[in-house]
This record gives sequence, C-alpha cells and structure tokens, in this order.
Amino acid sequence: MDRRGIKSNFLTTTVESAINWSRKNSLWPMPFGTACCGVELMAVLAARSDIARFGAEAIRFSPRQSDLLIVAGRITIKMMPVLQRIYEQMPEPKWVISMGACASSGGVFDTYSVIQGIDQFIPVDIYVPGCPPRPEGILDGLMKLQKLIEKEKISDYSHPHSN
Amino acid sequence: MATVVTSYEPTFWDKLYIPALFQGLMLTLKHMFKKKVTIQYPDEKHVPPEGYRGLHRLNKYPDGRIRCVACEMCAAACPAHCIHIVPGPSPWEEGKERYPVRFDIDLLRCIFCGFCEMACPEKAIELTEIYDFADYSREGLWIDKAGLLEIYELTKDKNFYDNSNEE
Repeated sequence: MDRRGIKSNFLTTTVESAINWSRKNSLWPMPFGTACCGVELMAVLAARSDIARFGAEAIRFSPRQSDLLIVAGRITIKMMPVLQRIYEQMPEPKWVISMGACASSGGVFDTYSVIQGIDQFIPVDIYVPGCPPRPEGILDGLMKLQKLIEKEKISDYSHPHSN
Repeated sequence: MATVVTSYEPTFWDKLYIPALFQGLMLTLKHMFKKKVTIQYPDEKHVPPEGYRGLHRLNKYPDGRIRCVACEMCAAACPAHCIHIVPGPSPWEEGKERYPVRFDIDLLRCIFCGFCEMACPEKAIELTEIYDFADYSREGLWIDKAGLLEIYELTKDKNFYDNSNEE
C-alpha cells in the first residue's frame, strides 16, 4: 500500500507524535562491535553513563528484535556481507549509528581490506567521531538520533533510506 | 586415591530462600543510600582534565593573526592523513609570510592522537577538551578554518564544560 497519499490531519499528526515518542524512547540496539569501540560501547551501558536513561539499554544480539544498529569498529571487505545481512534482517523502521573513526571513514586503516566508511554499503544516520568516542559522544549521537526520529512523518512511513 | 567431596546439604532455612531473599534486598537497600555513580550526561557534563585530546582548534595571536604558517608538519605527522592544508601568502604586513588559505580536518578520520599538536612548531594547532560532536552526515564532520577558529574562541579562556564561573 502506498502510504504517501495520506494527507496529514489532526488524527495522523497525533498518532505520529505518539508513535515517534514511543519509538525514540525505546530504541533496542544491535551492537556490531568488531574492535575497541565495542569495549567502549560496553562502558556506555554501564552505570557511570547509563544508556538506560534514554531507554536504549535492551541490547539484543538478534537483529530481528532490534531497531538500532550500532557499528563499532573497523569493517573489512570480508565482514561487510555479514553486516549487510544483519542490516537487512532488522525489521523496519531501523536506524544506524556509525561509531568511531574506523566504521565511519576507515580511520588510520587506509588499506585494501578495510571499508573506507560503512556508508558506502548501508545507510548511516548518525556519525560519532572519536577513536574511540567517549561514552558521552555516543549519548550525544543517540540524542541526535532521537531528534531525527521525532521528525519522521506518517506520510513517508517507511525509512527514508529504504525503497 | 580418590578424594571424597562432600557437598553442602541445604538446611530447612536455606530451602525456604527467605533469608537469602532478604540478604539480596539488604544489598539493594544499602546501595540506595550510597553516592550515585551515574553522570546525568546532558545536564551534567564530565569536565576533562588538562591535556585531554578532543576537538581541534587553531590558535591566534592576541592581535588576531592566525599562528599557523602552513608548514604542513601536522599533515605530515598525521597517521590518518586527515589534515588538508592549502598554503598561501599572508594577508598581514607584520609576522610570517605564509598562512593557510584553507585548513580542513576530516574529524571522522582523525583518531585524536595529538601528533599534530606535537609536530607544530608555532603552537598553532591544539586539541581541546570538547568530546561530544556527533553529526548526521560526513560533511558535517569536516571542519574548516573558520570552524577551527570558532573553537578557539569557545575554549581560549576556560574549560568548555566548566560552568563554575557562570552564576
């Protein structure tokens, strides 16, 4: 069904804001930690910088149950099909955070085997710079993602990057 | 020779699980009155110590001239090759002849090692304490000369996260 024809009115905007509010406050991350950023990602979950304050503490190692893919660490050409498959297994709506220099741009690993930025293969919503970023960097990225989710419209209900 | 292992036989009280339950609840209760470790991030920000390596800045002389002379030592020292400099003749009469026409840093490629800071003979490039700067696009994390000078204005007088002077 083509939902793009739906005109927004009072009902749709109210439902939209309710759905967006619940979505942004219950992001379930799927961690894809392939390097040192994965260890820093664990620190985000710990008590000191408690990601549960943003409702994103339910880490699921099953892509079918999660809606936020956090790519933490360098992705090699051999690993990319795995990441792509995990991304495709996640149900819509889904968002991607590219954490750290290696995942976002390749970082120091400008070599034949390392992907120079995962956004060449999968859509990325938030880039978090750092090597690795501080836990606050991830929380800042998460808050920026929540702002992005807030603005989603019922008329383009599917993810802006998907067909 | 085999050793005989005698396992612990649970008593009646152990089987009730009630003492164990209260033991656990006591521990929870004890932690409720302890000092909280969580930093309430957006409201309360960790103040990094002196020497923290975060976002870059380009220093200026007190009269407003840029310290950088575009020698490209930082770009040569950078292990990630994230600094891009276009040198040109300085627009100012006094001081050095060269200055950077463009000074771009790809923050996504940067690994914040501080080699640029160490390599700089003019103490022009420095790493500040700013650590939270996620963005929506790769272009948004490409900082140019104007951005770097803006960071200098933000951080030259005090720690970026230190709000102790403000009322």
